[in-house]
Amino acid sequence: MLLQQLINGLTLGGVYALIALGYTMVYGILELINFAHGEIYMLGAYLGIIFLGLFTVTGLTSVSLPLALFLTILLTIIVCSAYGFTMEKIAYKPLRNAPRLSPLISAIGVSIFLQNYVMLTQGATDKVFPQRFGDSGLQFLNVNMTYLQALIIIVSGVLMLSLHLFIQKTRMGKAMRATAQDKTMASLVGINVNSIISATFIIGAGLAAVAGIMVASYYGLVNYYIGYIAGIKAFTAAVLGGIGNIPGAMLGGIILGLVESAGAAYISSEYKDAYAFIILIVILLIKPAGILGKTTEEKV
Amino acid sequence: MNYAAVKRHPLLRSLLISLFSAILFLPFKDLKSSAILFAVLFICLSAISSVKNLQALPSLPKIKLAHPRFLRSASMPAGIIIFLAFPFFLKDYYLDVLIMSGIYMLLALGLNIIVGFTGLLNLGFAAFYAIGAYTYAIVNTKLGMDFWVAVPLSAGITALSGIALAIPALRLRGDYLAIVTLGFGEIVRLVLNNWDNLTNGPNGITGIARPSIFGTAIGKLNMYYYLVFIFVVIAAIIIRRVECSRIGRAWISIKENEIAASSIGINTTKYKLYAFAFGTFWAGIAGILFSSKMQFVSPESFTFMESVLILSMIIVGGLGNTYGAIAGAFILALLPEMLREVQSYRMLILGIALVLLMIFRPQGILGGFKRCTF
Repeated sequence: MLLQQLINGLTLGGVYALIALGYTMVYGILELINFAHGEIYMLGAYLGIIFLGLFTVTGLTSVSLPLALFLTILLTIIVCSAYGFTMEKIAYKPLRNAPRLSPLISAIGVSIFLQNYVMLTQGATDKVFPQRFGDSGLQFLNVNMTYLQALIIIVSGVLMLSLHLFIQKTRMGKAMRATAQDKTMASLVGINVNSIISATFIIGAGLAAVAGIMVASYYGLVNYYIGYIAGIKAFTAAVLGGIGNIPGAMLGGIILGLVESAGAAYISSEYKDAYAFIILIVILLIKPAGILGKTTEEKV
Repeated sequence: MNYAAVKRHPLLRSLLISLFSAILFLPFKDLKSSAILFAVLFICLSAISSVKNLQALPSLPKIKLAHPRFLRSASMPAGIIIFLAFPFFLKDYYLDVLIMSGIYMLLALGLNIIVGFTGLLNLGFAAFYAIGAYTYAIVNTKLGMDFWVAVPLSAGITALSGIALAIPALRLRGDYLAIVTLGFGEIVRLVLNNWDNLTNGPNGITGIARPSIFGTAIGKLNMYYYLVFIFVVIAAIIIRRVECSRIGRAWISIKENEIAASSIGINTTKYKLYAFAFGTFWAGIAGILFSSKMQFVSPESFTFMESVLILSMIIVGGLGNTYGAIAGAFILALLPEMLREVQSYRMLILGIALVLLMIFRPQGILGGFKRCTF
């Protein structure tokens, strides 16, 4: 039972962590709560359904399911990244030097827009994921881990690891870290801050797109408002781990997923959505900068 | 042709932008509507760029709202008279919308104290609105308490809950505080949704009494309109008075620079608590007006979206500006109704409008802090 909840929690946590990474990367660089990030995840879920539906109609899924799935994920990532890129260019870039809360409202505007955009073009009813993966899976120690759960845990793990390596080892990652520390200084040493910010949005949107497809296939149903609650929870996860801190977002997401599935199983599933916030408030009161966040001295 | 050349050539640029948008749109709809979008965008963009270089668009001249002195002093009484006259020529439907906008004005005024004056971002304000509304709903339906007795009670309980949240939460700064208020808002909504004995769960509480004056119940909408109107005017006057007092100056100094404020002897924690208590007090008033008007409350009315809407109101109006909060609430409460003609597109347009407003006037319609004349 405990192990089963651990697996359910890890599945959920992996998804939260992938979305939380987008929040935390953008926050680290722009100090902006990108409220529309949850909508990108929602777009990802829809696009996954749309592309896979297209491949089902054209018969590609019956020829080779892995190829169709791969193409679906690839196309979804590309389109979602393009949406993330466009969002930044239209709604946030003109507001770089505006008062602090203006980009927040702009983000809320984008979020309302995207929700209604999807509702109008795709309809307000639930969309069904065209492929069922069934409940078969690995059986061990009285526990059932479906192949899909295993896939979600592996994919999110691999993506997080590669993002970590990308940030720590590559030139671009180094430039990102520099921009997050000090934008002006970074531009003085020859980093193109604008393209770094665009890259941040593109990567964040790509990760959210993968999370979207995985959730769509896991639950089998999506709706145009799924982005909102997932967005809030992922942001909570990012804050839990220490916002602006990439390993923190991963840790926060996983903790959130574990707490949620354990709470729903052992305490009461009615308050499923509340556990995340209760744990958040408790942790912030003990450690105000999040689990991995550094408490910074205030500059005078 | 290299990238820079593409960027400079206006026609090519608009072609690329419209093609890009059309491709992004394609998966969500069919080829035909995508082609239409492409054509429309291309025509619009090239028209704009031929009139003026696209680069100059984000820096359009700022709209100046400076009136002559006479207009400025006359606008307030004129506005009050127009609002007083509304029930004589407006249909019930519009009065209903105006009453709701009045309730939103109270909420915006309250939130403006916390976010606008003191600079504490609050993303869970709907929770306090809910507490105010449910307090009256419960004491009225279970104990039969009268509206006028319940007004101080509701507002008081709401203010106490504001203090209860603020005492632990004020140790946090900036966005951390914001996320805790967000969490509080969600928790309150979930409790209302699940505490079936007290709140009747998702079904909500029905049969809440309307207020009465001298024994006669306020049943008609126009009477109710005046009731809300009086509350808004009283709130605006009191808040403006406090804003221009020692407390208000302390709040603004905390927003401007907390360290500097504490170094000149302001007890920042105390004044932040005042801001929370005073701001949530008005949410309690708005809540009781809401539940007595609707005669029904359910958790659905107090979602995160509601908190976001109230926050948008004060930012659209001009953060830290009391009149701005009223104007923002008025505009955002009425906008969806004004866009009724285009029914399904109205939220879409609201989203675009918020983005455009922030791009062209980030300080809000009425601008920031309005100076007190001491």
